[in-house]
Amino acid sequence: MNENAKARLAGNLLSLAHKLGLFIAMAIICLPGLWIVLASFRPTVEIMAKPPVWIPQDLSLDAYVAMFSGVGQGGIPVIDYFSNSLIVSITSTVISLAIGMAGGYAFARFRFRAKSSIFLGLMLTRTVPGIALSLPLFFVYSKLGIIDTHFGLILAYVALNVPFTIWLIDGFFRQVPKDLAEAAQIDGCTRWQAFWQVEFPLAGPGIASAGIFAFLTSWNEFALASQLTRSINSKTLPVGLLDYTAEFTIDWRGMCALAVVMIIPALVLTFIVQKHLVSGLTSGAVKG
Amino acid sequence: MATVSLQKLVKRYGALEIVHGIDLEVADREFIALVGPSGCGKSTTLRMIAGLEPISGGNLKIGGRIVNDLPPRARNISMVFQSYALYPHMTVRENMGFSLKIAGMKSEEIAPRVEEAARTLDLTHLLDRRPSQLSGGQRQRVAMGRAIVRNPDVFLFDEPLSNLDAKLRTQLRTEIKKLHAKVQSTVIYVTHDQVEAMTLADRIVIMRDGHIEQVGTPEEVFQRPASKFVAGFIGSPPMNLKDAEIADGRVVFVNGDSLPLPRRFADRVTAGRKVTFGLRPDDLYPAGHGIHSGQEADVHKADLRVSITEPLGNETLVFSEHGGAEWVGRMLNPRRLRAGETLPFCFDLSQAHLFDRETGRTLRG
Ligand SMILES: Nc1ncnc2c1ncn2[C@@H]1O[C@H](COP(=O)(O)OP(=O)(O)OP(=O)(O)O)[C@@H](O)[C@H]1O
Ligand SMILES: [Mg+2]
Repeated sequence: MNENAKARLAGNLLSLAHKLGLFIAMAIICLPGLWIVLASFRPTVEIMAKPPVWIPQDLSLDAYVAMFSGVGQGGIPVIDYFSNSLIVSITSTVISLAIGMAGGYAFARFRFRAKSSIFLGLMLTRTVPGIALSLPLFFVYSKLGIIDTHFGLILAYVALNVPFTIWLIDGFFRQVPKDLAEAAQIDGCTRWQAFWQVEFPLAGPGIASAGIFAFLTSWNEFALASQLTRSINSKTLPVGLLDYTAEFTIDWRGMCALAVVMIIPALVLTFIVQKHLVSGLTSGAVKG
Repeated sequence: MATVSLQKLVKRYGALEIVHGIDLEVADREFIALVGPSGCGKSTTLRMIAGLEPISGGNLKIGGRIVNDLPPRARNISMVFQSYALYPHMTVRENMGFSLKIAGMKSEEIAPRVEEAARTLDLTHLLDRRPSQLSGGQRQRVAMGRAIVRNPDVFLFDEPLSNLDAKLRTQLRTEIKKLHAKVQSTVIYVTHDQVEAMTLADRIVIMRDGHIEQVGTPEEVFQRPASKFVAGFIGSPPMNLKDAEIADGRVVFVNGDSLPLPRRFADRVTAGRKVTFGLRPDDLYPAGHGIHSGQEADVHKADLRVSITEPLGNETLVFSEHGGAEWVGRMLNPRRLRAGETLPFCFDLSQAHLFDRETGRTLRG
């Protein structure tokens, strides 16, 4: 065997090892998700079976049918929860993005006093775990009378998301050369037009990522929502999962079915937005 | 078409003054080059004219109108950036038509003007590409195209060629010159390349540390530099500048060697005056190898030992020792020289310069 053949063989083996390693890693990551989907279709006996039943024997849509069949027939107000989740997540995402864009732009472009301390302060707010906030927030909210309202949740989520959106969007605006906005002003734009015509489209991928992140945070948030919501007025899907727990029993199948209902919009959104996450848009702006 | 006039223009960043009240009158359709070493305030001045940098003091007039506080879009100027600053998310066509679109023009009106500009700059085949798909030189041309579609009153260029290689630079230099002849706008062109300034400009403004050292035509700044700084800055290789003192009608260098006092300065300087003596390489040549025959009035001859030579083909730069310092001379119709060889050299003193050593100003008066 000559050297080249040997090197080629070694290369092939290595790439095979890589693929195998990746497969195992992916399997470990994906298995819980797959298990949830599977569990939503099988009877409790099979879910609870020890050792686990790998090949499902008896699949049915019962859990989904029950879920939508209304309160009293084993169902939960899933439509209400879903629309609460949607309203709260979308509104808080839009607001966080608006604030994040304004703040990120300011941090990226302007010089002002105590800039880095303010920035650090924003980041520090993220170090407080949500659960630690839930009790104080509960007291404040109940005094203000905004417990169990969309407004209350939206407010909490905006506060949660803004530091992150500012930080992420700041990074993307920094990558857009300052010259471009200046060139746009020379070309006849106002500052405002220069922003929307040039800087905004170029920072688009960053804004989209920040949007996904903010949406998913609000969509999946449980710790705060469980304290700040009461009824179908404002309960979101993650809190709705608790409806499947009774005093002594847990309806694992129903819970898994609701979890699947929760996952689908998040997946769809991520797929839609990821198209816009093409980076490298700014290449070719400056120099050669 | 418009005049530009800078009146005591000042730029401060906080307490730090960068541009110290400069005055400049640019005539309509004039091509002005702003040169100077790095950090002297060329870009800052240009950006003040563009409206990208607030003016801290003085007045700026474009076309006779004070524009100090007007935003860039109200000044009818266009600018080519050193970085080109093309919009990466737009095609070449959209880049060039952007200013017209913002001005509210309809796409039927924009298209012919963009195509016309593209023809002028030989960009027609690139119109549908994006900036990332262009070479440096092509990007440069698109940046110029974006500037000309609008027919601005004043063109501002900030070192537009400095990111290109030498050959492309020469080529685009010629194109800029043609372009100016064609569009007939007022141009203010910042560069630190004196060759660009000399070849393109009607008048050159030499800046240093936020002051204007001299304003003049390329011939003026080359032949009659107002200061030691200008003398050393314009011309390549730079002028020989040597410290000396006047004594007994001679220019005496630090090590005691001397040259006769150039006749032009005979009644301008008195003995004991500390000066800087300046002589261009063109005016220091081996006998028989100069621009002049060496037989003119006020030519001093001396034997110098050649230390090194730099042959350039049609001429050779000759470095030799005199007065305790190294001088560079220019040898036309060169022959091969050996290092260490001693040659008779001509110092054409009619072309010599004397500057005050303290102030650096010329003593020509
Ligand atoms: N924002 C700023 N704050 C403080 N000083 C500044 C600022 N911008 C520029 N300067 C200073 O102003 C001076 C002039 O800068 P300018 O960019 O005009 O130089 P230049 O002549 O264009 O140089 P170059 O040839 O390197 O481009 C420099 O000394 C620079 O440090
Ligand atoms: Mg500059």
